Amino acid sequence: MTSPRGTGTSLKNFPLFGPIAAVVFGFLYIPLIFVVGYSFNSNRVVTVWKGFSLEWYADVLGNDDIQRAVINSLRVASISTVLSVIFATGLAIGLLRMARAGSTIAWSLIMAPLVIPEIVFAIGTLALFVQIRFPLGVDAITLAHTAFCIPFALLPIRARLRSVDLSVYEAAADLGANEWVIFRRITLPLLAPGIVAGALLAFIISLDDFIVSYFLAGAGGTTLPVYIFGMIRNAITPGVNALSTLLLLVSILIVTVSYIIARRKR
Amino acid sequence: MARQRTQARAGQGSWLAGLPGLAYLVALVLAPLVIILIFSFLSRAKLGVGVRWEFTVQPYVELFYTESLSGERAFDPTYLQIFFNSVLYSLITAVVCLVLSIPIALWIATRPPKWRTLLVFLVTIPFWTSLLIRTYAFVIILNDNGPINGALGGLGIISEPISMLYTPFATIVGLVYSFLPFMILPIYASAERFDFRLAEAAYDLGAAKLTVLRRIVLPAVRPGVIAGFILVFIPALGSYLAPELLGGGKTSMIANVIAAQFGASRNWPFGAALSVMVLVIVMLALVIFAVIAKRTSRRGSGQSLESLL
Amino acid sequence: MTANKPLALQVRGVSKSFATPEGGEVRALDNVSLDVAEGSFTVLLGPSGCGKTTLLRCIAGLESPDGGEILLQDQRIDTVPVWKRRVNTVFQSYALFPHMTVAQNIAFGLQMDKLPKSEITRKVEQSLDLVKLSGLGGRRPQQLSGGQQQRVALARALAKEPEVLLLDEPLSALDLKLRRGMQLELKRLQQETHITFILVTHDQDEAMSMGDQVAVFNEGRIVQVGAPRDVYLRPSTSFVADFIGEANLVPLTEGSGPAVIAGWGPVPTAAWAGDSPEPAPGRMTIAVRPEDVTISADPSGRFEVIDATFIGGDLHTVVQVGDTTLASRQPAATAHALATGGRCEIAFRDGSLRVVEA
Repeated sequence: MTSPRGTGTSLKNFPLFGPIAAVVFGFLYIPLIFVVGYSFNSNRVVTVWKGFSLEWYADVLGNDDIQRAVINSLRVASISTVLSVIFATGLAIGLLRMARAGSTIAWSLIMAPLVIPEIVFAIGTLALFVQIRFPLGVDAITLAHTAFCIPFALLPIRARLRSVDLSVYEAAADLGANEWVIFRRITLPLLAPGIVAGALLAFIISLDDFIVSYFLAGAGGTTLPVYIFGMIRNAITPGVNALSTLLLLVSILIVTVSYIIARRKR
Repeated sequence: MARQRTQARAGQGSWLAGLPGLAYLVALVLAPLVIILIFSFLSRAKLGVGVRWEFTVQPYVELFYTESLSGERAFDPTYLQIFFNSVLYSLITAVVCLVLSIPIALWIATRPPKWRTLLVFLVTIPFWTSLLIRTYAFVIILNDNGPINGALGGLGIISEPISMLYTPFATIVGLVYSFLPFMILPIYASAERFDFRLAEAAYDLGAAKLTVLRRIVLPAVRPGVIAGFILVFIPALGSYLAPELLGGGKTSMIANVIAAQFGASRNWPFGAALSVMVLVIVMLALVIFAVIAKRTSRRGSGQSLESLL
Repeated sequence: MTANKPLALQVRGVSKSFATPEGGEVRALDNVSLDVAEGSFTVLLGPSGCGKTTLLRCIAGLESPDGGEILLQDQRIDTVPVWKRRVNTVFQSYALFPHMTVAQNIAFGLQMDKLPKSEITRKVEQSLDLVKLSGLGGRRPQQLSGGQQQRVALARALAKEPEVLLLDEPLSALDLKLRRGMQLELKRLQQETHITFILVTHDQDEAMSMGDQVAVFNEGRIVQVGAPRDVYLRPSTSFVADFIGEANLVPLTEGSGPAVIAGWGPVPTAAWAGDSPEPAPGRMTIAVRPEDVTISADPSGRFEVIDATFIGGDLHTVVQVGDTTLASRQPAATAHALATGGRCEIAFRDGSLRVVEA
């Protein structure tokens, strides 16, 4: 809350809010800590602690199916990221120049994947691919992921674009640069931090997605979350915890990197 | 001849740059929705996958009625019940999130600025992890052999494990956990913009802390509350994982039923009809929220809802 | 005008309208024409929204006129895209590229000209010297003060040695002291480089002190062009008289016969400015500067002093004459016993009254 320095900060402390905040923070993290903790449980029965062990990690990392799932996930995530960032950059620039009517329609389209329940989007794309006889699998998942990664990539890019003084572009043109030179030497470098942030977000979103991947996986398109889901559904082996922990760590790592980059470029 | 002020300004690109993205979204977001709509008026395929291209309103009929083998139609509230439950669970989820979020959002907003970004970041991290893992975490926790039952048993409070898993309770816990950050962040955004000097003025005029909270601070963060409500209610409505993994067969929500139509039950048109109904409910919810949001801005809380989203 | 000097720029009948959000139209420029002599310092002066910045942007190529022509060295440039014109702009917000160093900012325009690297380095050094920022080439714009950033913007535009340099309210973001210093700097730069400068400002002191030629704008039209002194001493309309310096605008009574100032009396012949236009229907307003109005205390005077205040070394008096008020500014020493509410008489210095267009 904004207020000048020196005002009694005790006025800012409402009763019990501190402790409740601590509880909520705990609530947010403790479940994840349990997953991580149990991944080191040597007991086969997942929820009863027996002793420390890394065997599940060994198990999981050596498993062929899991390796294939990881590769699928990485492949989907990488390509979706690249494509969605390219589309998002174009959209960010285009939105700035669109008249009111156009931009409202555009925004509705862009935000749609976020508003529509994921299940609807998942079966919708399934129906689409079946209808046009596009094979299910990694490529289908990639196409679908690209679509709903676009809003995530767009927001940081657009924020960055709007923070640029518009006369900078005019100055470049005034100094002799045509549209392409301006894009290459002014727009892109200025957008770069936003593009990086958007790319990282898109990557995580794709990596973590379950429901869309589940329906579009087909025979050979199992991604990591889909595999984990199978493990949970069929029999809870402790390997699930190890795998989940790994996925957790990757996500957290990427978000932290994105956060640090954002703070540096400020 | 006057031209718009938004005419080509040097170097700022043109609206055409957005066309590839828009075309892609039309193909992969709009087209699927249209196909769903169309499918909802088609007939069930003989072998389950896909549809038969015969027009019928049967899928919508099946929402309300079942046909017995002898062709008799009877009103069947099963699906209506599931819709109702879904809306109910989502509302409960949103309310619980609200109660939990307001203290923490306000607490963060009243910390020194340097801490705030870090604290907000800590709130956001869980959001960026896989929803699957977050839901699964509660499968472990609420388990009969899980830590809660273990602790309660170990302390001698209970002799037999409490069956928490595969109940509506578990589903709601899972939903709350999934969407809590979505409620915290908008309320925080609202709180951060609040000019604390207004509260100081209230204190100066003799108000006690709780009064200031109730009559000055909370009304000011109403836009954040509304935004948070939308951001929790709507995704919760369409949730698949929490009811699936935590709810067992007893707490199916709409998403589970829809998924089944495209899986085991093999009734695509019906699944499509269900999806259309979900979309209708979502649109309705959005309209209601938009109206509430307009009323709030008019009452002058000083913030616009769009700026928070 | 400056018919004997070569013309760097000619604006001929330029018009430009914009659509308003409500659906109407606003004429930012209405058939504007202007000649700018080579190597001169021209100032476009006027209140906000009068069209001066729009004209500047049309010359730069950042807006295209709806009608008319702009010629640079006798060649039409209004059809040439902005990046090809030998005209450069110093923007009001400076518009420095934040992701480049000062030196890279200045080099940018030279790279667009495809000059060899060694040449570019040399010119960048030269430009930095010119604006007295040598040694700061490696800094980023964010690390510089406002005044320094402004000089980088200047250096960047001057490095390309344009035919005409356009400056859009370059000093408006600076504080008063800095502004005065920069006014002198700009004048010096212009004289040193011999580049034609066109500067836009709403500050008439700035216009008066820097320009060789001042073009006064109002509501999309140029109402008067001339050397600062001429525009001050011989305003052609009441707007110009009032906008530049202070002026009393006093109506003459309608009717044939000698001119009469309503409430004061017939105008003495000596009071007229030598080159003042004749009064005529539709041109019945006279302008007189406060410093040319003498108020003297007179117990049997016809007029009442409404206000008398000492400011600086002067006495500022306001007197009611008929339906209007007259403001006067006299050295305090000569203003005897004038006080609010007192009676007084009014006299005008010889040659100080001038008829202006309404």
